[in-house]
Amino acid sequence: MGKLFAVVVVLIAIASAIPIVLHWYPMAPDISAHGHLIDEQMADTMVEAGFAFLAAQFILGFFVFRFADRKDPGKIRTFPGGAKVMVAAAVILVGTEVLALGILGQRAWAGQYFSPPSADAMTIQTQAGQFAFYFRYPGPDGKLGPQHPDKVNEGTQNYFGLDPQNDVESRDDVVTAELGIPVNKEIRLLMHSKDLGHSFYVRELRVQQDFVPGLDLMVHFTATKPGRYEIVCTQLCGLGHYNMKAYLNVMSQEDFNAWMKQKISEQ
Amino acid sequence: MSDVDSTHAVAHHAPPQGFIRKHIFSLDHKVIGLQYYGLGLVAVFIAIFLSWLMRIHLVWPNSRIPGLHLLSSAGAPGDVMTPEYYLSILTMHGTLMVFFVLTNAPFAAFGNYFLPIQIGAEDMAFPRFNMMSFWTTFVAFCVLISAFFIPDGPPISGWTAYAPLSAVGGAAGPGLAYGQTLWAISIGIFCIASLLGALNFIATTLDLRAKGMTMMRMPLCTWAWFITSCIALLAFAVLLPACVLLCLDRLAGTSFFISSGLVINDQVLPHSGGSTLLWQHMFWFFGHPEVYIAILPAAGIVSHILINSLRRPLLSHKVVIGSMLAIAFLSYVVWGHHMFISGMNPFSSLAFSFPTLIITIPATILTLIWVGSIYGSRLRITSASLFALGFISLFVSGGVSGFFLAQPSIDIYLHATYFVVGHFHLVMGVAAVFGIFAGTYFWFPKMTGHMMNETLGKIHFWGTFIGAYCIFMPFHYLGMIGNVRRYSTFVDDYLQPYLGVHKFITFAALTTGAFQLIFLVNLIYSRFKGPKAPVNPWECTSLEWTVPSPPPWDNFGGVHPVVYHDPYQYGIESSTGDYVMQTDPANIVVERDEK
Amino acid sequence: MRMKQVCTAALALLIGPVAVFAGTISGKVTVDGPVPKQKVIDMSKEPACAKDYPATNPPKTETALEGPGNTLADVVVYVSAGANDEGTVPSQAVTLEQKGCRYIKHITALHVNQDMQIKNDDPTSHNIHPLAKANREWNKSQPPGAPPIDAKFDQAEFIPVKCNIHPWMHGYFVVLKTNHFSVTGDDGTFSIKDLPPGKYTLTAWQETLGSSQQEVTIGGAGETKTVNFTFKGKAY
Repeated sequence: MGKLFAVVVVLIAIASAIPIVLHWYPMAPDISAHGHLIDEQMADTMVEAGFAFLAAQFILGFFVFRFADRKDPGKIRTFPGGAKVMVAAAVILVGTEVLALGILGQRAWAGQYFSPPSADAMTIQTQAGQFAFYFRYPGPDGKLGPQHPDKVNEGTQNYFGLDPQNDVESRDDVVTAELGIPVNKEIRLLMHSKDLGHSFYVRELRVQQDFVPGLDLMVHFTATKPGRYEIVCTQLCGLGHYNMKAYLNVMSQEDFNAWMKQKISEQ
Repeated sequence: MSDVDSTHAVAHHAPPQGFIRKHIFSLDHKVIGLQYYGLGLVAVFIAIFLSWLMRIHLVWPNSRIPGLHLLSSAGAPGDVMTPEYYLSILTMHGTLMVFFVLTNAPFAAFGNYFLPIQIGAEDMAFPRFNMMSFWTTFVAFCVLISAFFIPDGPPISGWTAYAPLSAVGGAAGPGLAYGQTLWAISIGIFCIASLLGALNFIATTLDLRAKGMTMMRMPLCTWAWFITSCIALLAFAVLLPACVLLCLDRLAGTSFFISSGLVINDQVLPHSGGSTLLWQHMFWFFGHPEVYIAILPAAGIVSHILINSLRRPLLSHKVVIGSMLAIAFLSYVVWGHHMFISGMNPFSSLAFSFPTLIITIPATILTLIWVGSIYGSRLRITSASLFALGFISLFVSGGVSGFFLAQPSIDIYLHATYFVVGHFHLVMGVAAVFGIFAGTYFWFPKMTGHMMNETLGKIHFWGTFIGAYCIFMPFHYLGMIGNVRRYSTFVDDYLQPYLGVHKFITFAALTTGAFQLIFLVNLIYSRFKGPKAPVNPWECTSLEWTVPSPPPWDNFGGVHPVVYHDPYQYGIESSTGDYVMQTDPANIVVERDEK
Repeated sequence: MRMKQVCTAALALLIGPVAVFAGTISGKVTVDGPVPKQKVIDMSKEPACAKDYPATNPPKTETALEGPGNTLADVVVYVSAGANDEGTVPSQAVTLEQKGCRYIKHITALHVNQDMQIKNDDPTSHNIHPLAKANREWNKSQPPGAPPIDAKFDQAEFIPVKCNIHPWMHGYFVVLKTNHFSVTGDDGTFSIKDLPPGKYTLTAWQETLGSSQQEVTIGGAGETKTVNFTFKGKAY
């Protein structure tokens, strides 16, 4: 039975690795300016984790194969070096590897979170609410009008609680249900939650950030490839969570201008 | 402290009289341990059943599940599961598994039963507290389960109950009115029970050790239970006020977790000044140590069983204890890795990332010592040792995915995907459950006086081991493509090509769940029909194997055991064979080539 | 209880012949001034519904529908006093359909305690969430394939109803203590029939523009009165 265990463990390890090695389940194609850093980090980690996984399972299998149900009356032996070798291996091999990875990985994190967007980045606001995202562009005046929670009325599509009657800045704001952006243009996305915790996740954009009720956050990114991508909510927000999504529409500058013109006419 | 005079230290209480005092409101730690085990067993089968419903719904959404309306007419009108009922089931599955299975079984059940015996005590330090903590846990269980029977159904906010979803009440959806309140009260009660239990474990370990039972002579599972109680004492002490504050937000109109200006259904909520992140911090300050509350006892049990099966001690007793202590300490400084993208200061992500990565080191040491100890051993294969070996394999598989999730940059992509689900199910769920199974096959003879059926045990092992990998490995792949968790239906276009993988997982889950019925049959059959168990069937060295199976009500029959040796004297020539009991006064000539 | 039913039946027998000769109130509802601009609804989040609408004729909100000649559709005109028919609940159920992620109709008027049947004709789940205050608020999902939901409201109330999964889905359940009501059509006209001679208060209610009342007297049998309502407009 010990030999069977060894064989099964090794087979499971190999079977688990095959889909990764053969890229059966690739990450979504990266369309962002910063995503390659995350992808490289992922690939490096995969090599290290994959090696640790396979090595540990193989050695476990091998030792069990060799020493289970021994018929020979041989003496109990101890692994050469004993616990010292194990501690040294854990600290030196695994510890330093993992820490090195961690330190390297901060580049990607820092690029996203520690550096501000460039001055000419385009500002768009997104608001999450049960169970849809809406987006607001500041319009020609470049200013987003103030939000009044008591004015929110989904029946009249006043998702943001704008008061164009009294607020001049709100009158030219453009509200949309999809996030249209020009390609190769940095976007400064202001994130506001209308009601509960939500999250903004675009796989291809390598962006995921929670909406925090009562705390407006900002993410910035540049999309490098035109196309339509799904924006999904990844923070459990209630019964319609599974269907809380919107589309990211990355367009050339000309297409974006036409799209914006169309959206302005719909306001 | 190390040489406590056992004649004064053991707790004294009269032998129980009558059925109720013996089997229901018993002060006996062994009965209480079995009660915890039974509660865990009920909870685990309910939770497995719920996971079946989830898996079926995921791959055949909007189809009829015959009879489902009997469970909830509102949650499954015409037998079609609604999205909110899916989330109700998801919440209950997680809550039952984490609190009533993974906390109860390896820690409270086995710990209660064997910690006092292994240190040579007559009972726990505070038997009445002990009884109270079980019955308080039972009340918590009943309160939680009652959520199934109220019209609104169980809560839909997941086992993490993130505020403000869990705090704003029924306006935010079904289940968030009374169901969520029941949840918060249930978990609050559970915290009280766990605090009582943890205090009891700590006091017992420190004060009631038999003569000669120094701390370093305690078996590794006793160490694990002791360390776990220390974790639990601090962790549940934070979750309890969190649940109280949540109840106040829900029932008394306070705003601890609800900020101002929130609009639900076009109505501005009458709250202001709270912080959403406060709940997450409090919850995960408990939640991360909770992972170790589940896994450390399992690691301890597995070490104990592995040593017995290997017929040799681990490479180092001290290093294993040190690693467990290191893990316990580090578990308190890593909670923020659940919150990398939750909106806390991005600098704190770095602060939480490094301790998380460092925790790999003690975890790796543990693994290497387990695996390295197999080298040169005389490994005996039993159902218990198979589950212990399976634990090591799963602990590694679930652990390596932690490399990814510990890094904030990668977490941007993987957070809240099935990768996370695969990770914590393997490392905290299945691995800990393997510890429970190993413990059951190992200690069943002692607990009931009957041997379990080894053939059924091995069939159960193979089905569960292969099945667990079939279920949870593909979760990682789905995470790689960005499959978001907690969705009741995959309406997204990009997920449609991967429904086949989900179908495979569903079949695997149904099969693996069915294999657990073999375990149940084995438990019940062996309890009544199993061959009579000798005192020490596994040739084990620790104190629980010096007393009859099952032990008498005062464990040692009025005799105060005296301990002469380290816990794991295996692999030596002695009059008993290749081992020497801890209580055997014989001198030991170590013949291992120990370095 | 039994006594009350017998009395009601007897009363119905007495009133029955009268009803044949009863009067009718009809008229038209118009608006004086602007109404809020109805906005285009972008359903791209729910492709299953978005495909029901051609790009040239996108769906729009329905909070104030102005027709040719300043007429107003979806105004509920009802007898708010004088009808005294509170106890007579029509046995027929009213139906609300959810189709193309819209409520059909936007306004569902019904009698207190009248049965209401809510159907989902879409290939996606909806949740029906009447934001009731006087009645009990509830929130139920209806996956495709689930049977119709039966609902009933025991208090008179104007209940906004919404679907949280599709936040643009918005309508009203108008629960009235009378059977004498009419919801204006696209041409802004309404007609309330079967009113025995008497003095009535007629109320017109529009979700955005508010409500207004007029007194009407039906003098003789078969009389037809014309009553017109004019709401004051507003731009936002």
